[in-house]
Amino acid sequence: MSTALREPRASAYDVESIRRDFPILSLQVYGKPLVYLDNAASAQKPASVIEAEREVYERCYANIHRGVHYLSVHATDAYDASREKARALLNAAETHEIVFVRGTTEAVNLVAQTWGRANVRAGDEILITALEHHSNIVPWQMLCEEKGARLAVAPILDSGEVDIEALARLLTPRTRMVSIAHLSNALGTVLPVARIVELAHAAGALVFVDGAQAVPRMPVDVRALGVDFYAFSSHKIYGPTGVGVLYGRAEILDAMPPYQGGGDMIRSVSFEKTTYNSLPYKFEAGTPNIAGGIAFGAALDYVTRVGLSRIEAHEHDLLAYATESLSAIPELRIVGTAREKAGVLSFVLDGVHPHDIGTVLDREGIAVRTGHHCAQPVMDRFGLPATARASFGLYNTREEVDALAGGIRTVLRMFR
Amino acid sequence: MSDLRDLYQEVILDHSKKPRNFRSMTDPDSRAEGYNPLCGDRETVFVDMDGDVVKDVSFQGAGCAISTASASMMTESVKGRTRAEAESLFERFHDLIVGKDSPGESPDLGKLAVFSGVREYPVRVKCATLPWHTLKAALAQNGATVSTESEGPNAESGGA
Repeated sequence: MSTALREPRASAYDVESIRRDFPILSLQVYGKPLVYLDNAASAQKPASVIEAEREVYERCYANIHRGVHYLSVHATDAYDASREKARALLNAAETHEIVFVRGTTEAVNLVAQTWGRANVRAGDEILITALEHHSNIVPWQMLCEEKGARLAVAPILDSGEVDIEALARLLTPRTRMVSIAHLSNALGTVLPVARIVELAHAAGALVFVDGAQAVPRMPVDVRALGVDFYAFSSHKIYGPTGVGVLYGRAEILDAMPPYQGGGDMIRSVSFEKTTYNSLPYKFEAGTPNIAGGIAFGAALDYVTRVGLSRIEAHEHDLLAYATESLSAIPELRIVGTAREKAGVLSFVLDGVHPHDIGTVLDREGIAVRTGHHCAQPVMDRFGLPATARASFGLYNTREEVDALAGGIRTVLRMFR
Repeated sequence: MSDLRDLYQEVILDHSKKPRNFRSMTDPDSRAEGYNPLCGDRETVFVDMDGDVVKDVSFQGAGCAISTASASMMTESVKGRTRAEAESLFERFHDLIVGKDSPGESPDLGKLAVFSGVREYPVRVKCATLPWHTLKAALAQNGATVSTESEGPNAESGGA
């Protein structure tokens, strides 16, 4: 290879080298190479993350924010370093605006239970969209039930895009919160977050964004978007399970009552009166997932090293290629055809139930999700009990898309 | 592919494409709804009794190949049986597909033995048993919706 050809390699996306970083990708299932296309459910972990978690237990494990001893200090530093990495990833203004939680689900519940309980009254409204994951529906539903508030739902179009005009009409002086996904897990739609923030703020409402699917797939800048809250999960961005991030603007977090009571969230305790700790610890009662939190930092290092813009471009290419390949199958219908999509391809086959698609693809070594994707209202909207869903990660290849298309043809041969 | 054919046997594919007794009843003696949250499938089973004997049984709903074929073959095999016989048949069918009995041990299952391949696919057990659970509820005349979630592993409880 000549030097001239070699030059662009510095910036080329070397997917084969990335794949070698993920030990599980060399696995064979049922004698076939694993084709992992279930990244929207959870992503696989690079060796650096696995190694980081192991290293915590071998070299620097103790409880954090407590001890004066060597191990505790080192564990605390490493854990807090992850918080700073999460801040940098989201371009938040302050590190203490990053609250560690168990995952996106807990982040929604935290805001609904603390901010919601303090600020939502009978007759108030929470506005969500028709494409939300159950975890961005149910916590608000519970809050509304408790408070006598109303849950309003902005409809989606046949393409899977949110009907922005309808959303704007649903904003009223009683709307306290607009809670939306950044990227739909069931349809792949990317929502115009900045535009929705503009509308919501003009109506006097705050905005919570479920970024579980977006953060692993595109650069996110919470200040540029103007959001009030933003949440994502470690396990979908190549980190361990049981760790997640809630970002909130400091003045809003400051005014919120605490979440759970316990250790670490207090400043002083007596039987008469307890004063609460400062941000973010006010919301972090109890010993957290220390090793997971530290390894989460390694995952953020990893995606930062690869570069989220480059990951976004790579997955965009895969999605476009997959959309084209699968559209060539006459019996197949793609569910979710928004102009702005990322990472997720939902589909159904005429006369074949998604569950049967999943079983046959599985025996070909291909992991896809089948079911309602924890978004039953989306399925109802499209009149489907379920779909099959392929979702991409930074390590997927065009060859794997070819394997998927081949697997779908096998399904059709079997059932038709 | 050979092991997939153990699951999707020709008889099963045939019943899934052309389900028998796939109709509703206008005035059944009892009916019950079945729901499998794993795949979102819903099924209704209708029963007409003659004393203690299942005079007619039918079903409606959308399901996967396994649950549709299971419902179809169930209706064929319980028609004309007593309530107790139908329930005992379900027990033996259940033992077969969870791998408690080998196919040879249940000769009286008749055609239902084609579901023995399901034992190799634990996540699909619920698909095969959904119609039976629903029938059982209809026979018990409690009219409630039954869910597959009391059974087996891999209940869908979250994720994305």
